[in-house]
Amino acid sequence: MAFDRRKFLKVSGLSVLGLWAKSAADALAGEKPGFGITEKLLHLFRKPVGFASADALTAKKWAMVIKVRNCPTDCHACIDACDYVHNIPDAEKMPSPRHEIKWIWQDEYKHAFPDQQHEYVEERLKKLPFLLLCNHCDNPPCVRVCPTKATFKREDGIVMMDQHRCIGCRFCMAACPYGSRSFNWVDPRPYIEKQYPEYPIRVRGVVEKCTFCAERLAIGKIPACVEACQNEAKKHGREPALVFGDLEDPESEVRKLLRSHYAIRRKPELGTGPQIYYIV
Amino acid sequence: MLEKAFVGGRKYWIWMAFLLGVIGLGFIMYLWQWRYGLGLTGMGRDVSWGFYIAQFTYLVGVAASGVMVVLPCYIHNYKPFAKVTILGEFLAVAAVTMCLMFILVDLGRVDRLLNMILHPTPNSILFWDMVVLNVYLFLNIFIGWVALSAERKDVPPPHWIKPFIYISIPWAFSIHTVTAFLYAGLPGRHFWLTAIMAARFLASAFCSGPALLIVFCLIVRKVTKFDPGKDQIRTLGGIVAYAMILNVFFFLLELFTAFYSQIPGHMHSFIYLFRGLEGHARLVPWMWTFVVFAVAALVLLIVPATRRKLDTLLVGCVCVIIATWIDKGLGLVIGGFTPNPLGKVVEYWPTGPEFLISLGVWATGVLILTALYKIAISVREEAGIYKA
Amino acid sequence: MYDGGKIITGLIIGIGLIAFPIWLNAGKAVKKADPKLPAKEKQCVEPTQYMLTNHMEVLDLWRDSVVRLGDRYFISFDGKKYRVSLQNTCMSAECHPKKKEFCDECHDYMGIEPYCWDCHIEKGEKK
Repeated sequence: MAFDRRKFLKVSGLSVLGLWAKSAADALAGEKPGFGITEKLLHLFRKPVGFASADALTAKKWAMVIKVRNCPTDCHACIDACDYVHNIPDAEKMPSPRHEIKWIWQDEYKHAFPDQQHEYVEERLKKLPFLLLCNHCDNPPCVRVCPTKATFKREDGIVMMDQHRCIGCRFCMAACPYGSRSFNWVDPRPYIEKQYPEYPIRVRGVVEKCTFCAERLAIGKIPACVEACQNEAKKHGREPALVFGDLEDPESEVRKLLRSHYAIRRKPELGTGPQIYYIV
Repeated sequence: MLEKAFVGGRKYWIWMAFLLGVIGLGFIMYLWQWRYGLGLTGMGRDVSWGFYIAQFTYLVGVAASGVMVVLPCYIHNYKPFAKVTILGEFLAVAAVTMCLMFILVDLGRVDRLLNMILHPTPNSILFWDMVVLNVYLFLNIFIGWVALSAERKDVPPPHWIKPFIYISIPWAFSIHTVTAFLYAGLPGRHFWLTAIMAARFLASAFCSGPALLIVFCLIVRKVTKFDPGKDQIRTLGGIVAYAMILNVFFFLLELFTAFYSQIPGHMHSFIYLFRGLEGHARLVPWMWTFVVFAVAALVLLIVPATRRKLDTLLVGCVCVIIATWIDKGLGLVIGGFTPNPLGKVVEYWPTGPEFLISLGVWATGVLILTALYKIAISVREEAGIYKA
Repeated sequence: MYDGGKIITGLIIGIGLIAFPIWLNAGKAVKKADPKLPAKEKQCVEPTQYMLTNHMEVLDLWRDSVVRLGDRYFISFDGKKYRVSLQNTCMSAECHPKKKEFCDECHDYMGIEPYCWDCHIEKGEKK
């Protein structure tokens, strides 16, 4: 027989191995992040799509500096803005607090920096709100462990989420040393205060987190939290707390701030290289 | 040979019907979980892996233990184990099947499972876990089936099965090492960030697995005409003894590093498990039960008199199984997530549906085990082989 | 044949169950798919015939483009620039804003349920 079942199985098996071998080679060679062999194969036979907008905000390394002194204790404009533009369900409405979704949230100094906590911490610091979010690490453990590359690091430094691909294994949640990731334990739809029509909702069964508003950067807008902070600060005649920019641009505001202030990061000893800097 | 699983006496069918009932209930609960989401379980943002993954971890250990019968038989020519290897291999098949099922019920989007194969990611340990577990399942089914077919025809097994058997030995070590690597490489989880995680896993596997095997051998001895052999069971008892000593020793090593260094990150999980942290003490009674059963197991297994006598050996093995199950099936996963990365304690406990789904998966494994053992024993009874 | 009675009974029950959809729907005509086309826009991002047969591929390509490559703009075959977005382009007010009137018409007819709308919301969808 020219091409029988045996031969077919042999060929299929070798093809799968070949696919994996190439993927391994890609991974070792440091291919374009998030775009592996299967994506390339699929796009071989279809017309290439797309380009980035001319007015997209680009950078070599996006980072955020948080000037904690400028955060008033009762302000949560950034959290509200993020929750709104990303259709994040209202934690208080959800069946259980353990199901909450949070991309950016507030906590005390002793929880933000538990290793720096001691009895005689400055009183001011004890009361200051610390904003916590995904650190978009240089060396992210979550990206290392994701079995499907559903979370991957972009060339501009953003650790991105592909909700289409996530299988909900939650390995990334175990790997993240900062507790930045949330999982959709239930369908979030009924608990969303007001739907924001330009951004999708997530389905139950996938992980999500802050993406530095990649969808806004692509159309020339700064992250929602930063914009909300700037608006709120202007309204009350004070300095904004959240500063966003390109660390590899020596003239960016974030670089200037880091040059002139001492900044701390969360759990730097773990080697993750977090890109959220706190000026305390 | 499969037809042998469909022929049996009254007790066999009542047992299988009972298992099918439990499986059915678990399945209905799973349909509910599919509809509602994993929120049906006790897991949450802080403890994002729970009972399912804990059972998976325990069962990978049980699966790896098949090697404890195969290794002496094939590498060291310990011929008394020749008729027991099939029982070890079939136990491994049932255990790995349960492992894979526990992963499936734990996934948020099972319908996207193929993404792991379409987008292979060699830097992810979960990818390698999928590979090694599936290959190990295949190896054990293949080897077991071929060896049993040969026995049935009263011929020695074909020579080409030997390489597969030899590969299955280091492969068994690899499945549990890779599973340990799931935990041991995560930078934020200090309870798991220890070099001896893989060693602990293997030690725990090599006492819990053979202990289960001894229990099953004693059951087989009681309800069928086949006798796996007193000497074989006693040798297995010796293996369980050494492995349990090593297991407890490794645990004590962990305690030393944590409490002599006095580093908070290392100590906190142990304190939560054994004393309670910030008023949360759900697991404390369970962990001390683990200690009691571990000590009892050590006594019964180390003292030669109690290890030799089959009834005390059985008690010792049950103690091992209970102790290792609490340690790996409850303490390990929950302890790793508590306290959370921000230092807060959020307690986890499985919910009713979560427990019933788990029971359904366990029942599936026991069903497969019963069927496979029935086939193996029937083949032997037919061939007139009643003793190992 | 041995156990003839049981076999024939089993066959009748089996075939009856398998053919259940056929004899349940016998004689009924399913409503023809009638998707409501947009009032003003006459041309989609691709030629109509291509979209009819390949819109799934287009959307699959679009989602990888946006999420994985960050390429959010697209020039169609007739030179128009579109934002690559199911929610904001395909389902915009000018084109196909109502899933029930457009997408569901053909999908229901074919008996398929793509789960795009588990996440992608319609503008003005009820809470």
